[in-house]
This record gives sequence, structure tokens and C-alpha cells, in this order.
Amino acid sequence: MTDSAKVLAADGHFPPGIDSFDFRDWFSGLSGTALANVFTTITFAVWLTVAILIIFFLWAYRKPQIVPTKRQWIAESAYGFIRNSVSIDLLGKQAGVRFAPYLATLFFFILVMNFWAIVPGIQISPNAHIAFPITMGIISWLVYNYVGVKKHGFIGYLKVTCIPPGSPAFILPLLIPLEFLQNVLLRPVTLALRLFANMFAGHLILLVFILGGFELLNSGNIFIQGMSVFSFALGIAMSLFELIVIVLQAYVFTLLTGMYIQGSLAGEH
Amino acid sequence: MEGTLNVVGYGIAALGPGLGVALIFAAWITATARQPESAGITRPMLFMGFALVEVLALFGLVLAFALS
Repeated sequence: MTDSAKVLAADGHFPPGIDSFDFRDWFSGLSGTALANVFTTITFAVWLTVAILIIFFLWAYRKPQIVPTKRQWIAESAYGFIRNSVSIDLLGKQAGVRFAPYLATLFFFILVMNFWAIVPGIQISPNAHIAFPITMGIISWLVYNYVGVKKHGFIGYLKVTCIPPGSPAFILPLLIPLEFLQNVLLRPVTLALRLFANMFAGHLILLVFILGGFELLNSGNIFIQGMSVFSFALGIAMSLFELIVIVLQAYVFTLLTGMYIQGSLAGEH
Repeated sequence: MEGTLNVVGYGIAALGPGLGVALIFAAWITATARQPESAGITRPMLFMGFALVEVLALFGLVLAFALS
């Protein structure tokens, strides 16, 4: 149980709300100083994610061999999945290999970050706070815009993104602002919001069933207390459903970033 | 009765994306049943279409909290 969940269960504050996402400092003396919110479960999960990824891939590749060892095979097939089925499929052989490291890093970082949502003891994904998805969204935005501007030049890139090929001239005054808004301004927002809202909703659903179970247990009636079993069972079922969402959202974020890069790299029509 | 109308609003807002996601998966299943070997080619499109429609429902969820 997360510490916020403990507080909520103790207070009997059942319908979980936005305040369920506020995590207290680990060291209460830091609250109110410049270091407030630096040592919380959220930041701990982020640093742990980074540590896990770096250590795993360094460990797996420490002595690379031509016939892969088991750990090397795991790391290679994980990386190869993103490289072949996302990057090369979307971007072609040359550009695909070039962007595979970025897309693979993005995928594994988001995957492990999301995974904290169902790890007992933490049970909150850092991605349930908008700050982390929006940072990744902005990085992806910088990457695909930089790639496009570098390839077509600034004016040429605007032309590629804002004018869909084959559109008649009379509709262009309507189409150009819309395409600009959608392709240049809103893409990082939707990218980040999709990941954030999925993790936010997932955490909220788990809280509803698990705290609902405690709420039923706290009631005086023995029959109502018995019903809490179903609530906890649904909490477990929803954790398994979360697992699907976790993998899917990491994949979708990577896939869409790849598609935006593909759109930037596409030739003039 | 107590509560907020935002929940009702979110329920209505989820109708459209729900139908949209259903149509996307139905189309994919039909396509795969007719042409099983095309599953690999259309799967990225399936997930992209799914993600683009699903985000509309999630906008509704975020707005239900943001506007309270």
C-alpha cells in the first residue's frame, strides 16, 4: 500500500481524488525548504527506473559474444523488437537504425516507469504526474522538429507539415492553420496527455477498488464486510488489466514518436 | 444527492470514443479474418488508431477533474 493509500484508509476518506496523488516527503524536516518534494516515492521510482535500465543493459552487454549468452539474448531481443518492428518498419533501413536508440530508450524508460503502477510497495507510476510525460513529449517534439527542419529547411518543413499533398487551393486557408495547430503545437500535448491520463486513471481505478474494500471492511455490518472480498478481487483483476495498459501505452508513445519522425522525414510531395 | 455533474459529463463524453474504439477493433478483426497474413502490417495502424481515439475519452477524464 502506498503511503497516501494508508493515510486515506486511516482517514476513511473513501472517494479518492486528486489529493491521492500528493506524496509526502520522506524526511518531514525537508517540507517547506528548497528540497521539498525531492525525496518522495515518485522521485525514488524515477531514479530506480534509470538505475535498473542502465545496470541491466550494461550487465547484459558486459562481455558480448557472437553466440549470445542468455542475458545478452534477452537484451538483444528486447532492443531488436523496437529496432525492427517499430523503427525500421516505419523509417526504413537507414533512418530506422539511426533513430532506434532513441525510440528504444523511450520505450524501456516509459515501460519501467509505468510498471511501478502495479509493483506492491510503490503502486504509483511517476507518469501519473503530468511533469514526466510532458518532459518526454517535449523531447520528442524537439527531435522530430529538428529532424524535419534539418532535412527540408525551415520554410520547406513548414510546407511539408502544414500542406497535405493534393489538397485544392481554395481550402488551404482553412487547412493550413488547422494542420499547423495539430502537427506542430498539439502533438506533444496529446502525446503527453495520453500517457498521463492512462496512468492517472489506472491509479484511480486501483484506489477505488482497494480503498473501497477497506471502506466495506470498516462498516459495522458483517454482510457488508464480506462483500469487501469482491472489491479486493476486482482490485487484483484491475492490476492485471493495468499490465496490458502499461505495455500498450509504452508501445503507443514509441510508435507515435516514430510516426512523427517519419512525417518529418517524408519527401516533398 | 451529492456529487458533481462532471461525472455525468464524462460518461457522455466516453460514448463517442467507446464506439470509435469498437469500430476500429471490429474493422481490424474483419480485415484479419479475410486476410490473416495482413495482421502484421495493420497492427501498428490498429494501435495508432486506437490511441488517437482513446485520447478523446482521456481528455474527458482530465477535464472532469480539471473543471471541478
